[in-house]
Amino acid sequence: MEVLLKPWPWYVSGPLITLVMLLLIYFGKTFGMSTTLRTLCSIGGAGKYSDFFRFDWKAYRWNLVVVLGAIIGGYIAVTFLSDGSTIALNPQTVSDLSELGFYSAGKSLLPSEIYAWGNVLTVKGMAILIIAGFLVGFGTRYAGGCTSGHAITGLSNLQWPSLIAVIGFFIGGLIMTHFLLPLIFSP
Amino acid sequence: MKILKFLLVGIFFGIVLVKSEAVSWYRIYEMFKFQSFHMYGIIGSAVCLGILFIWLFKVFGVKNIEGNRISLVPKDSGFVRYLAGGTVFGLGWALAGACPGPLYVLFGTGVISMLIVIAAAVFGTFVYGVLKSKLPH
Repeated sequence: MEVLLKPWPWYVSGPLITLVMLLLIYFGKTFGMSTTLRTLCSIGGAGKYSDFFRFDWKAYRWNLVVVLGAIIGGYIAVTFLSDGSTIALNPQTVSDLSELGFYSAGKSLLPSEIYAWGNVLTVKGMAILIIAGFLVGFGTRYAGGCTSGHAITGLSNLQWPSLIAVIGFFIGGLIMTHFLLPLIFSP
Repeated sequence: MKILKFLLVGIFFGIVLVKSEAVSWYRIYEMFKFQSFHMYGIIGSAVCLGILFIWLFKVFGVKNIEGNRISLVPKDSGFVRYLAGGTVFGLGWALAGACPGPLYVLFGTGVISMLIVIAAAVFGTFVYGVLKSKLPH
Protein backbone atom coordinates (compact mmCIF):
# COMPACT_ATOMS: atom_id res chain seq x y z
CA MET A 1 0.00 0.00 0.00
CA GLU A 2 2.78 2.37 0.93
CA VAL A 3 4.34 2.07 -2.49
CA LEU A 4 1.05 3.26 -4.00
CA LEU A 5 1.27 6.48 -2.02
CA LYS A 6 4.71 7.35 -3.36
CA PRO A 7 5.06 8.90 -6.84
CA TRP A 8 4.89 6.17 -9.47
CA PRO A 9 7.99 5.68 -11.65
CA TRP A 10 7.78 6.23 -15.41
CA TYR A 11 8.01 2.51 -16.19
CA VAL A 12 4.82 1.92 -14.22
CA SER A 13 2.93 5.03 -15.35
CA GLY A 14 3.73 4.76 -19.07
CA PRO A 15 2.37 1.21 -19.46
CA LEU A 16 -0.72 2.13 -17.41
CA ILE A 17 -1.42 4.96 -19.88
CA THR A 18 -1.13 2.38 -22.68
CA LEU A 19 -3.69 0.31 -20.78
CA VAL A 20 -6.10 3.27 -20.72
CA MET A 21 -5.72 3.67 -24.48
CA LEU A 22 -6.18 -0.07 -25.12
CA LEU A 23 -9.28 -0.23 -22.90
CA LEU A 24 -10.91 2.65 -24.77
CA ILE A 25 -10.04 1.03 -28.11
CA TYR A 26 -11.42 -2.29 -26.86
CA PHE A 27 -14.62 -0.48 -25.88
CA GLY A 28 -14.92 0.58 -29.53
CA LYS A 29 -13.82 4.17 -28.87
CA THR A 30 -10.56 6.05 -29.02
CA PHE A 31 -8.23 7.85 -26.65
CA GLY A 32 -8.49 11.58 -27.33
CA MET A 33 -9.13 14.10 -24.61
CA SER A 34 -9.20 17.28 -26.70
CA THR A 35 -12.28 16.11 -28.62
CA THR A 36 -14.25 16.90 -25.47
CA LEU A 37 -13.47 20.60 -25.93
CA ARG A 38 -15.24 20.48 -29.29
CA THR A 39 -18.13 18.55 -27.75
CA LEU A 40 -18.47 21.23 -25.06
CA CYS A 41 -18.62 23.89 -27.81
CA SER A 42 -21.43 22.00 -29.51
CA ILE A 43 -23.38 21.59 -26.30
CA GLY A 44 -22.97 25.33 -25.74
CA GLY A 45 -24.61 26.07 -29.09
CA ALA A 46 -21.52 26.76 -31.22
CA GLY A 47 -23.27 25.04 -34.14
CA LYS A 48 -24.98 28.37 -34.78
CA TYR A 49 -21.61 29.82 -35.78
CA SER A 50 -19.84 27.01 -37.61
CA ASP A 51 -20.61 23.69 -39.28
CA PHE A 52 -17.64 22.31 -37.42
CA PHE A 53 -19.77 22.13 -34.30
CA ARG A 54 -22.86 20.69 -35.99
CA PHE A 55 -22.50 17.02 -35.19
CA ASP A 56 -24.29 14.56 -32.98
CA TRP A 57 -22.51 15.36 -29.73
CA LYS A 58 -24.62 12.81 -27.89
CA ALA A 59 -22.52 10.14 -29.64
CA TYR A 60 -19.55 11.55 -27.72
CA ARG A 61 -21.14 11.54 -24.29
CA TRP A 62 -18.94 8.60 -23.33
CA ASN A 63 -15.90 10.87 -23.59
CA LEU A 64 -17.43 13.42 -21.24
CA VAL A 65 -17.96 10.54 -18.81
CA VAL A 66 -14.24 9.74 -19.12
CA VAL A 67 -13.56 13.41 -18.30
CA LEU A 68 -15.85 13.23 -15.27
CA GLY A 69 -13.94 10.14 -14.18
CA ALA A 70 -10.60 11.89 -14.71
CA ILE A 71 -11.75 14.73 -12.44
CA ILE A 72 -12.81 12.22 -9.77
CA GLY A 73 -9.54 10.32 -10.27
CA GLY A 74 -7.56 13.51 -9.71
CA TYR A 75 -9.46 14.08 -6.48
CA ILE A 76 -8.95 10.49 -5.29
CA ALA A 77 -5.24 10.57 -6.11
CA VAL A 78 -4.44 13.69 -4.11
CA THR A 79 -6.86 12.94 -1.28
CA PHE A 80 -6.29 9.24 -0.63
CA LEU A 81 -3.25 8.15 -2.60
CA SER A 82 -0.63 10.76 -1.79
CA ASP A 83 1.92 10.97 0.99
CA GLY A 84 2.86 14.55 0.21
CA SER A 85 6.18 13.62 -1.41
CA THR A 86 7.80 16.48 -3.26
CA ILE A 87 8.49 15.99 -6.96
CA ALA A 88 12.03 14.75 -7.46
CA LEU A 89 13.01 17.35 -10.04
CA ASN A 90 16.51 17.78 -11.39
CA PRO A 91 18.25 20.28 -9.02
CA GLN A 92 19.25 22.22 -12.14
CA THR A 93 15.55 22.62 -13.01
CA VAL A 94 14.84 23.91 -9.50
CA SER A 95 17.67 26.42 -9.75
CA ASP A 96 16.68 27.52 -13.28
CA LEU A 97 13.15 28.09 -12.01
CA SER A 98 14.26 30.15 -9.03
CA GLU A 99 15.95 32.51 -11.49
CA LEU A 100 12.56 32.95 -13.14
CA GLY A 101 10.96 33.72 -9.80
CA PHE A 102 9.50 30.27 -9.04
CA TYR A 103 10.57 29.47 -5.52
CA SER A 104 8.70 26.30 -4.55
CA ALA A 105 9.45 24.03 -7.50
CA GLY A 106 8.27 20.49 -6.85
CA LYS A 107 6.51 21.17 -3.55
CA SER A 108 3.15 20.93 -5.29
CA LEU A 109 1.94 19.86 -8.73
CA LEU A 110 1.55 23.43 -9.97
CA PRO A 111 3.37 26.68 -9.28
CA SER A 112 1.44 29.08 -7.06
CA GLU A 113 3.14 31.82 -9.11
CA ILE A 114 0.71 30.92 -11.91
CA TYR A 115 -2.27 29.19 -10.32
CA ALA A 116 -2.78 30.74 -6.85
CA TRP A 117 -5.68 33.22 -6.73
CA GLY A 118 -3.43 36.05 -5.59
CA ASN A 119 -1.63 35.84 -8.94
CA VAL A 120 -4.59 34.72 -11.05
CA LEU A 121 -6.54 37.82 -10.08
CA THR A 122 -4.01 40.23 -11.52
CA VAL A 123 -4.20 41.43 -15.11
CA LYS A 124 -0.98 39.62 -15.99
CA GLY A 125 -1.91 36.44 -14.14
CA MET A 126 -5.35 36.25 -15.72
CA ALA A 127 -3.89 36.95 -19.16
CA ILE A 128 -1.42 34.08 -18.73
CA LEU A 129 -4.15 31.55 -17.94
CA ILE A 130 -6.45 32.74 -20.71
CA ILE A 131 -3.71 32.84 -23.35
CA ALA A 132 -2.37 29.43 -22.27
CA GLY A 133 -5.83 27.87 -22.44
CA PHE A 134 -6.60 29.53 -25.75
CA LEU A 135 -3.38 28.23 -27.34
CA VAL A 136 -4.09 24.72 -26.06
CA GLY A 137 -7.67 24.73 -27.33
CA PHE A 138 -6.96 26.37 -30.67
CA GLY A 139 -3.77 24.44 -31.36
CA THR A 140 -5.11 21.03 -30.46
CA ARG A 141 -8.08 21.30 -32.78
CA TYR A 142 -6.00 22.80 -35.59
CA ALA A 143 -3.59 19.88 -35.21
CA GLY A 144 -6.46 17.43 -34.89
CA GLY A 145 -5.43 16.04 -31.53
CA CYS A 146 -3.40 16.48 -28.38
CA THR A 147 -0.99 14.39 -26.37
CA SER A 148 -3.43 11.49 -26.03
CA GLY A 149 -4.69 11.48 -29.61
CA HIS A 150 -1.42 12.19 -31.42
CA ALA A 151 1.54 11.47 -29.13
CA ILE A 152 0.12 8.28 -27.58
CA THR A 153 -2.52 6.88 -29.95
CA GLY A 154 -1.27 8.29 -33.25
CA LEU A 155 2.35 7.29 -32.71
CA SER A 156 1.24 3.86 -31.46
CA ASN A 157 -0.55 3.46 -34.77
CA LEU A 158 2.57 4.68 -36.65
CA GLN A 159 0.80 7.60 -38.29
CA TRP A 160 2.86 10.28 -40.04
CA PRO A 161 0.46 13.13 -39.22
CA SER A 162 0.89 12.38 -35.54
CA LEU A 163 4.66 12.45 -35.79
CA ILE A 164 4.48 15.85 -37.52
CA ALA A 165 2.08 17.08 -34.83
CA VAL A 166 4.35 15.85 -32.02
CA ILE A 167 7.32 17.62 -33.66
CA GLY A 168 5.11 20.73 -33.66
CA PHE A 169 4.29 20.20 -29.96
CA PHE A 170 8.02 20.26 -29.26
CA ILE A 171 8.76 23.27 -31.45
CA GLY A 172 6.09 25.23 -29.58
CA GLY A 173 7.07 23.87 -26.18
CA LEU A 174 10.76 24.61 -26.68
CA ILE A 175 10.06 28.17 -27.89
CA MET A 176 7.84 28.80 -24.87
CA THR A 177 10.18 27.24 -22.32
CA HIS A 178 13.46 28.63 -23.60
CA PHE A 179 12.50 32.04 -25.01
CA LEU A 180 9.08 33.17 -23.84
CA LEU A 181 8.88 32.00 -20.21
CA PRO A 182 12.03 34.01 -19.36
CA LEU A 183 10.44 37.09 -20.95
CA ILE A 184 7.13 36.56 -19.16
CA PHE A 185 8.46 35.73 -15.73
CA SER A 186 11.94 37.16 -15.24
CA PRO A 187 11.69 39.18 -12.03
CA MET B 1 -22.66 -0.72 -16.90
CA LYS B 2 -22.38 0.57 -20.45
CA ILE B 3 -21.46 4.03 -19.30
CA LEU B 4 -19.97 3.02 -15.95
CA LYS B 5 -16.93 1.46 -17.60
CA PHE B 6 -16.03 4.82 -19.09
CA LEU B 7 -16.30 6.44 -15.69
CA LEU B 8 -13.97 3.79 -14.24
CA VAL B 9 -11.43 4.20 -17.06
CA GLY B 10 -11.54 7.95 -16.47
CA ILE B 11 -10.97 7.56 -12.73
CA PHE B 12 -8.05 5.22 -13.40
CA PHE B 13 -6.63 7.68 -15.96
CA GLY B 14 -6.90 10.58 -13.50
CA ILE B 15 -5.13 8.62 -10.77
CA VAL B 16 -2.34 7.52 -13.12
CA LEU B 17 -1.75 11.06 -14.39
CA VAL B 18 -1.44 12.44 -10.86
CA LYS B 19 0.70 9.61 -9.50
CA SER B 20 3.01 9.78 -12.54
CA GLU B 21 3.37 13.55 -11.98
CA ALA B 22 2.59 14.01 -15.69
CA VAL B 23 0.08 16.66 -14.62
CA SER B 24 2.81 18.72 -13.00
CA TRP B 25 3.74 22.04 -14.60
CA TYR B 26 7.25 21.48 -13.25
CA ARG B 27 7.62 18.11 -14.99
CA ILE B 28 6.62 19.68 -18.32
CA TYR B 29 9.12 22.50 -17.82
CA GLU B 30 11.82 19.97 -16.93
CA MET B 31 10.94 17.92 -20.03
CA PHE B 32 11.30 20.90 -22.36
CA LYS B 33 14.62 21.73 -20.69
CA PHE B 34 15.76 18.13 -21.36
CA GLN B 35 16.74 17.88 -17.70
CA SER B 36 15.02 14.62 -16.84
CA PHE B 37 14.14 11.34 -18.48
CA HIS B 38 10.90 11.07 -16.50
CA MET B 39 8.38 12.42 -19.05
CA TYR B 40 10.23 10.83 -21.97
CA GLY B 41 10.10 7.53 -20.11
CA ILE B 42 6.35 7.83 -19.58
CA ILE B 43 5.50 8.83 -23.15
CA GLY B 44 8.16 6.57 -24.68
CA SER B 45 7.12 3.44 -22.79
CA ALA B 46 3.43 4.19 -23.43
CA VAL B 47 4.09 4.52 -27.17
CA CYS B 48 6.38 1.46 -27.44
CA LEU B 49 3.85 -0.78 -25.68
CA GLY B 50 1.09 0.85 -27.72
CA ILE B 51 2.85 0.04 -31.00
CA LEU B 52 3.30 -3.56 -29.88
CA PHE B 53 -0.29 -4.12 -28.76
CA ILE B 54 -1.94 -2.34 -31.68
CA TRP B 55 0.21 -4.39 -34.03
CA LEU B 56 -0.81 -7.57 -32.17
CA PHE B 57 -4.47 -6.54 -32.32
CA LYS B 58 -4.18 -6.18 -36.09
CA VAL B 59 -2.19 -9.38 -36.62
CA PHE B 60 -4.61 -11.50 -34.59
CA GLY B 61 -7.72 -9.62 -35.73
CA VAL B 62 -8.77 -8.91 -32.16
CA LYS B 63 -12.38 -7.80 -31.90
CA ASN B 64 -13.67 -5.00 -29.75
CA ILE B 65 -16.54 -5.26 -27.30
CA GLU B 66 -19.02 -4.62 -30.11
CA GLY B 67 -17.65 -7.58 -32.07
CA ASN B 68 -15.91 -5.54 -34.77
CA ARG B 69 -12.28 -6.01 -35.69
CA ILE B 70 -10.17 -3.34 -34.05
CA SER B 71 -8.83 -0.74 -36.45
CA LEU B 72 -7.85 2.84 -35.76
CA VAL B 73 -9.18 5.57 -38.00
CA PRO B 74 -6.11 7.21 -39.56
CA LYS B 75 -5.78 10.97 -39.32
CA ASP B 76 -6.39 12.96 -42.53
CA SER B 77 -3.31 13.55 -44.61
CA GLY B 78 -1.80 17.00 -44.41
CA PHE B 79 1.25 18.81 -43.21
CA VAL B 80 0.68 22.48 -42.43
CA ARG B 81 -2.17 21.88 -40.01
CA TYR B 82 -0.17 19.33 -38.02
CA LEU B 83 2.98 21.41 -37.80
CA ALA B 84 1.28 24.78 -37.26
CA GLY B 85 -1.45 23.46 -34.98
CA GLY B 86 1.06 21.36 -33.11
CA THR B 87 3.31 24.37 -32.57
CA VAL B 88 0.44 26.50 -31.25
CA PHE B 89 -0.56 23.65 -28.97
CA GLY B 90 3.03 23.26 -27.76
CA LEU B 91 3.23 26.94 -26.81
CA GLY B 92 0.11 26.52 -24.69
CA TRP B 93 1.23 23.18 -23.26
CA ALA B 94 4.48 24.64 -21.94
CA LEU B 95 2.79 27.79 -20.58
CA ALA B 96 -0.15 26.10 -18.85
CA GLY B 97 2.00 23.07 -18.03
CA ALA B 98 -0.94 20.92 -18.98
CA CYS B 99 -2.59 19.43 -22.05
CA PRO B 100 -6.34 18.74 -22.24
CA GLY B 101 -6.41 15.54 -20.13
CA PRO B 102 -4.43 17.07 -17.27
CA LEU B 103 -6.54 20.26 -17.40
CA TYR B 104 -9.49 18.22 -16.21
CA VAL B 105 -7.49 16.08 -13.79
CA LEU B 106 -5.92 19.14 -12.17
CA PHE B 107 -9.33 20.70 -11.66
CA GLY B 108 -10.19 17.47 -9.83
CA THR B 109 -7.14 17.84 -7.60
CA GLY B 110 -8.72 21.03 -6.30
CA VAL B 111 -7.13 23.70 -8.49
CA ILE B 112 -10.23 25.78 -9.13
CA SER B 113 -8.37 28.37 -11.21
CA MET B 114 -7.92 25.62 -13.81
CA LEU B 115 -11.53 26.30 -14.81
CA ILE B 116 -10.30 29.55 -16.38
CA VAL B 117 -7.80 27.63 -18.52
CA ILE B 118 -10.47 25.06 -19.47
CA ALA B 119 -12.91 27.82 -20.43
CA ALA B 120 -10.20 29.53 -22.50
CA ALA B 121 -9.39 26.19 -24.18
CA VAL B 122 -13.06 25.71 -25.08
CA PHE B 123 -13.04 29.25 -26.49
CA GLY B 124 -9.84 28.51 -28.45
CA THR B 125 -11.50 25.45 -29.96
CA PHE B 126 -14.54 27.58 -30.81
CA VAL B 127 -12.38 30.19 -32.57
CA TYR B 128 -10.67 27.42 -34.55
CA GLY B 129 -14.07 26.10 -35.63
CA VAL B 130 -15.14 29.54 -36.82
CA LEU B 131 -11.88 30.26 -38.68
CA LYS B 132 -11.38 26.71 -39.98
CA SER B 133 -12.17 27.43 -43.62
CA LYS B 134 -9.74 30.40 -43.67
CA LEU B 135 -6.75 28.54 -42.20
CA PRO B 136 -4.20 26.60 -44.25
CA HIS B 137 -4.47 22.86 -43.67
